[in-house]
Amino acid sequence: MQTLWFILIGFMLTMYVVLDGFDLGAGAIHLWAAKTNEERRLILQAIGPVWDGNEVWLIAAAGSMFFSFPVLYASSFSGFYLPLIIVLWLLMLRGIAIELRSHIQNPVWVSFWDGVFFIGSALLTIFYGAALGNVVRGVPLDKNGHFFEALWTDFNPYSSNPGILDWYTVLIGLLALAILTAHGANYIAVKTEGVVNARSRRIARLAWLVTIVLTVLGTIATFSVQPAISASFGSRPWEIIFPLIALAGLIGMGYYNFRQRDLEAFFSSCTFIVGMLASAAISLYPDVLPAVNPANSLTIQNASASQYAQTVGLVWWIIAIILASIYFIVTYRLFWGKVHVAGTEGY
Amino acid sequence: MDASTILSRLQFAFTISFHYLFPQLTMGLALLIVILKTLYLLRKDELYNRAGHFWGRIFAITFIMGVVTGIPMEFQFGTNWSRFSVYAGDIIAQTLAMEGAFAFFLESAFLGIFLFGEQAFGQKMHWFSAFMVWLGTWASGAFIIASNAWMQHPVGYTMAANGRLHLSNYWAVLFNPWILAQYMHTMSGAVITGSFAMAGLGAYYLLAKQHIDYGRLFVTLGVIAGFIASGIQLYPSGDLEGLQVTANQPVKLAAMEGLFQTERGAGIVILGQPDSTTGRLDNPIIVPNVLSFLTYRRWTAVVKGLDAFPPNQRPDSIELLYYSYHIMVGLGTFFIAIMGLAILLLLWQRRLFRWRWMQWILLLATPFPFIANTAGWFTTELGRQPWVAYGLLRTAQGSTTISAGNILFTLIGFAGMYVLLGLLFVILVVFEAIRGPVSEEKTPQEETMAQGITD
Repeated sequence: MQTLWFILIGFMLTMYVVLDGFDLGAGAIHLWAAKTNEERRLILQAIGPVWDGNEVWLIAAAGSMFFSFPVLYASSFSGFYLPLIIVLWLLMLRGIAIELRSHIQNPVWVSFWDGVFFIGSALLTIFYGAALGNVVRGVPLDKNGHFFEALWTDFNPYSSNPGILDWYTVLIGLLALAILTAHGANYIAVKTEGVVNARSRRIARLAWLVTIVLTVLGTIATFSVQPAISASFGSRPWEIIFPLIALAGLIGMGYYNFRQRDLEAFFSSCTFIVGMLASAAISLYPDVLPAVNPANSLTIQNASASQYAQTVGLVWWIIAIILASIYFIVTYRLFWGKVHVAGTEGY
Repeated sequence: MDASTILSRLQFAFTISFHYLFPQLTMGLALLIVILKTLYLLRKDELYNRAGHFWGRIFAITFIMGVVTGIPMEFQFGTNWSRFSVYAGDIIAQTLAMEGAFAFFLESAFLGIFLFGEQAFGQKMHWFSAFMVWLGTWASGAFIIASNAWMQHPVGYTMAANGRLHLSNYWAVLFNPWILAQYMHTMSGAVITGSFAMAGLGAYYLLAKQHIDYGRLFVTLGVIAGFIASGIQLYPSGDLEGLQVTANQPVKLAAMEGLFQTERGAGIVILGQPDSTTGRLDNPIIVPNVLSFLTYRRWTAVVKGLDAFPPNQRPDSIELLYYSYHIMVGLGTFFIAIMGLAILLLLWQRRLFRWRWMQWILLLATPFPFIANTAGWFTTELGRQPWVAYGLLRTAQGSTTISAGNILFTLIGFAGMYVLLGLLFVILVVFEAIRGPVSEEKTPQEETMAQGITD
């Protein structure tokens, strides 16, 4: 049951990164992919009906983690206090930027929110990447399961008192920015035509090249920073399937980009993200939050809720996720296809 | 109570109070928008549909404010109340997670359809999406009330060997007897906010002699819904809550009523300033025996005062609790009076549409439901102190291990952020209100759509 919940929480977080990832990526590229007001409205229209639902995956994942692994939830949320609150502020600014931009047709107002949308989206991807980097690297948990990380200490991931930002986590943050930029550009390419589509493809190609470089660097750094990962792949060789999935996605991103097959390129970047996150999660298992001192690590056993709570939760969770999947399929089908300037803007 | 705990309490109180300004309006407006869309389908009058669009725009601004200020609430259990989260996460997180998994997915999906999909999917789908948004917002409220009800009245748990609570009965938590009265009271409070906003803006249009048709519609619908909701707020929901508090949290009752000494045939305090150091009420105006009757249904029943409880069991901000409760009840009484009068003037040959002084009252009343709802939450939450889980875990034992300096940093950051959000909200809503419901030009598509509903 604890392993199942490990997988389910991983699934929800992956859904969040794949889905909200493309609208974050859209925010990161929109200043370059779209130059005029009409073009930028096109991008907002492409994500307008879905971005809020995508973000719900984060809330749902946090809530599910709270009841299935309350110790993990309490420990990581208080240990990552400062970056989490900063993420909340960025989510706020970005959310209102998307929604409020078009309420007043004034060029300065519109331009201001375009800038906020870009900064919020780009910084969020970097923070998410850095957060993952922190989890992989390990945090300074004490034997009571508490820790508190400063935003930065000495920028050294091998330190016994690491900060949120060190050269390793920043590297993973930049990798996340590159991946989600490519992912967002692929989505916008799918949803648009003409000049915005052409620019998105170019951005996707550039971001793909950067992703390759950073993935290589990030992978080398990860094996160096967290030795448990080599051990994990050594003891469970079948785990290699997940990095291979990621590799297939990475190849597909480039291949379909050159072939100008936007939808396939988008699914390739989805595959790449799933493969990368699954690789990270499976190589940590059964740890849910590794500690700098491995004896203090939080695992699926010592962080877990009671058997009954996890069982009851599973029943309603399945019902809820089936319903959510129906809403998502319906919404994405309803809003399927290219967006046009003349379409509904929403009110 | 150490500085970290005090600052965490301040931060939670500040962020939740600010957050709840928005959901109370969206939960109220969601119902009113469904009513407008239903009237449109029944009467085929474009007026109702445009009114629905107009309130949909205001709903959308309010909703996004509610979303972005709501995310920190779910996170703060972990960031600032980590010891409580470990202690009771098994139970309290069930209902919190259900809110995300059931209500938020539903709301976000159908709000997307409601805002973006009217032309593409037709009127019946549009009505349905409005209905589902209403259902989602009210389901969201139900899960939050269930979570809060558990903190007020813990049920369905066992104490585990590791000192944490374990869930032992899921259905007991989901059907906690505390929920019903509190849910009714909270939802009718939200409808009061929504209908006062609608009536207030309608009154403004009548006073300004703009959008007269809409003004009349808004005033009529707002006044009818507001009257019904204000009534429910007093009876049965308010009465039930009072009985519930009397039975389960007598010390909260004593503090909110300002009853320092146990009395037979206790009176109800209308006005007066409590002084908890001397245990006295200054300048009191008291109606004798009424409190005994309201709580025990007997004029001479004994009501326990604060002196019946040891100091470490009493709420720690008796004055603020007392004022919150009296502000809530006082405003609630005014709401019934205002809406009752407005209904009479509406029925009496539509004098409500002509008598400007009553329109002024409706316009000026608009902000007060926000205050009353906030004061109501202050009452129930301050009255829960010194417990975070009533009778089980003290607030001071539930907080975080983070240093006070870091919490003050984020509290100041939230304050700055929320000043910005509050200003933006007011600017945008005023902008939309002045622009009014008729400024959208009628596109050819809308013409076809209006005809489309007849088939």
